[in-house]
Amino acid sequence: MVSLAARARAVAAAVPDPELPMLTLDDLGILRDVSTDGVRIVVSLTPTYTGCPALREMSADVSRQLAAAGFADVEVRTVLSPAWSSDWITAAGRRKLAAAGIAPPGRARQRAAGPVPLTLTVGRVGVTCPSCGSPDTGLTAAFSATACKDLYRCRACSEPFEHIKEI
Amino acid sequence: MGFDTAYEAIAEESGDQRWAFGTGFSSPLAGVDTTVPDGVAGTDLAAYCLMLGDDALIMSHRLQEWLARAPELEEETALANIALDLLGQARLLLARAGHADGSGRGEDDYAFGRGAREFRNVTLTEVTDADFGGLIARLLVFSTWRLALLDRLRSARDPVLAAVAAKGVKEVAYHRDYAAQWLLRLAGGTEYSRGAMVAGLAAVAPLTEELFNCTELERRLIAAQAAVEPASFRAEYDAVIASILEMAGLAWPDSPGVPGVAGQCGRDGVHTEAMEPLVAELQSVARAYPGATW
Repeated sequence: MVSLAARARAVAAAVPDPELPMLTLDDLGILRDVSTDGVRIVVSLTPTYTGCPALREMSADVSRQLAAAGFADVEVRTVLSPAWSSDWITAAGRRKLAAAGIAPPGRARQRAAGPVPLTLTVGRVGVTCPSCGSPDTGLTAAFSATACKDLYRCRACSEPFEHIKEI
Repeated sequence: MGFDTAYEAIAEESGDQRWAFGTGFSSPLAGVDTTVPDGVAGTDLAAYCLMLGDDALIMSHRLQEWLARAPELEEETALANIALDLLGQARLLLARAGHADGSGRGEDDYAFGRGAREFRNVTLTEVTDADFGGLIARLLVFSTWRLALLDRLRSARDPVLAAVAAKGVKEVAYHRDYAAQWLLRLAGGTEYSRGAMVAGLAAVAPLTEELFNCTELERRLIAAQAAVEPASFRAEYDAVIASILEMAGLAWPDSPGVPGVAGQCGRDGVHTEAMEPLVAELQSVARAYPGATW
């Protein structure tokens, strides 16, 4: 028999992200834990960015979906530590992003000892165009319509596209 | 088909009553353990969170003023994103203050219920920018300083403050890169753009000494391993600024710091004349609609 927590987790995991609805919360890697004492379901979410206004929507959506699935007593908690990393986006999530025309993130830079390094080069090398697959792309803007993305353009097919930032 | 309110009509499709995306704020610390660690005075911790939270809140407000004023849409989007990151940090820090001092005050109580003299931000965050070059100079100094501070705060005694700092490091590193890249571009551009950058640096230089002051309250928290001594990262700050200026072929302006009033500055609630109008605008909606929620 599937446990109560596992059933609740399956419901919470399938909730779509409000800003990137092709992804589930599980794909995005922000669903940190689902537990229960047998009565109350406790869902732990972590914000992608501190100011991300979507976290509140996600929390409400999780509560609503769980209520619809018969879980009456639900608490959604915020987990701040460790901070979210784009490395937590799952392989399935990356495929869905690319299929939706958004370039998935590469590996986040691992922090060495010492001060946070300054980056003065503009954009990453080798971001693949989600339309034509060319790696010949360049950054056009370091920020985009949401905190988690920046903007690139493909030099091969000229298509502009969004890319999830590596953090 | 009739609706009782316009909001209801807008919300019809999704069946919920929220009238716009991102409204209906709940505490950003929902479900987070906010116990104050042993050996740390809750009132001191709260005051420290207000200092760091007010820096973010006031800087964010000034950045928001650039919306519809930036030279290009891309830069407007960038500044809005940076403002949003800082607003997020401010929300957590102000909410943390209300838990730490035991008053139960929320983020809105601090943001909208205090007079200008009760804000504890450094004055660098509150001054207006003459132009885009001025903004870039101020953003570079602010983000270089805040990044070094937050990086050290990751190991602070209070786990909530440490977590906010660890998250903030990732965000502010990006803000600093943005400002540094623009400084290089403006310095290497036309005579006009280089002049704007030189003037911007001259405007912020007198306000940077204040960033490395240390109040009595911070000293108490440093002794309890709950805060960061600003002087401890002065060398790192200087090295980062020097490396960028060297690349740009610019020199840091030789300027004495503003002494404040009788030695008191932003951390003591002593602000520049720019602060009162800023706070009046920041609080105008909350004052017009007391008790409103959003």
